[in-house]
Amino acid sequence: MTSLSDGSADEQWLDDEAGRIVRPYVMTRGRTQPSRGKIDLITLVVTINPVITAEPGLGPEHHTIVKLCDRPLSVAEIAAHLDLPAGTVRVLLGDLVDRGFVAIQEPARETDVLDLETYKAVLNGLRTL
Amino acid sequence: MDYGRSSRDVGRAKLPTAIKILIAGGFGVGKTTMVGSVSETRPLRTEETLTDRGVGVDDLSGIEAKKTTTVAMDFGRISIGEDHVLYLFGTPGQERFWFVWDELALGAMGAVVIADTRRLADCFPSVDYFERRGTPFIVAVNCFEGARQYDIEEIRMAVDLGPSTPVVLCDARRRESSKNVLVTLVEHAMQTRTSSSQEPATR
Ligand SMILES: Nc1nc2c(ncn2[C@@H]2O[C@H](COP(=O)(O)OP(=O)(O)OP(=O)(O)O)[C@@H](O)[C@H]2O)c(=O)[nH]1
Ligand SMILES: [Mg+2]
Repeated sequence: MTSLSDGSADEQWLDDEAGRIVRPYVMTRGRTQPSRGKIDLITLVVTINPVITAEPGLGPEHHTIVKLCDRPLSVAEIAAHLDLPAGTVRVLLGDLVDRGFVAIQEPARETDVLDLETYKAVLNGLRTL
Repeated sequence: MDYGRSSRDVGRAKLPTAIKILIAGGFGVGKTTMVGSVSETRPLRTEETLTDRGVGVDDLSGIEAKKTTTVAMDFGRISIGEDHVLYLFGTPGQERFWFVWDELALGAMGAVVIADTRRLADCFPSVDYFERRGTPFIVAVNCFEGARQYDIEEIRMAVDLGPSTPVVLCDARRRESSKNVLVTLVEHAMQTRTSSSQEPATR
């Protein structure tokens, strides 16, 4: 991975030159929204059925996700590993959830539902890092 | 939504609770450095694609309908036991990108605003944003060499922070220091959330 620290403002904002967009577009067959509702960047994904036998409509990226998520990973991590925009990964995940290959767990939508025990556990964990 | 959450769906695996913390601040203040020093892996990078869907960003209006723009964010992960996993997201802090923050800030436990005393004003937009949104945040003053040493009260006044917002000095390159920043944030978030909520915290 290249250094992340020396990108200027403009480099962080990549325009949609053809190369970056075409591959994800083909992969998702042009879809920009997943078949299911919003999927957060920290939504966790885990494989529940690792056996994909020649499923029509599933490409190599789908297979890669199923392999990767053998341990739970966030959408952001999957996107980073596949070097794909998060939006593309969301669409692919929708396919995999629909077909029962992976399960996803949405994070709490508002932090108010985080209970005291969660804060305490996080604090203890951080202190003993 | 009716998927994902039940243990039946997830099978044998019990998934940890994922928690999001934002690392904000102006350009070059040390966001990526902090994410990297305290995370268990080198910072990863992800891109969010923005499609023009009337998000109210002036710079984008007038661009042809199907146009998309991508914002890059770096992030890191800290596993806490089996049950929790913390994700730290460092994101660009300019005002014209706030729509990205809106998505990111949703559900975040809290935010660290990094300030560089040589360019203190660069942290104002982030501070304003989190104040307005009601996201618990702290200000971490990254101590660069050659910068004049300020004391914390001076900074609090200069940034016009309320008395309850913690301000800490840090060196984002040092793991212990970044860890201390996160501990301060989580303590503050816990206090803010649990004292402002009507109902007693559930056990
Ligand atoms: N002296 C000193 N230098 C630091 C500290 N933190 C970061 N730096 C340096 O400052 C520079 C910028 O740090 P980054 O972590 O890339 O800052 P950033 O906020 O991610 O920058 P952008 O993403 O470009 O906005 C790097 O060269 C770091 O090595 C610090 O605490 N002290
Ligand atoms: Mg950075």
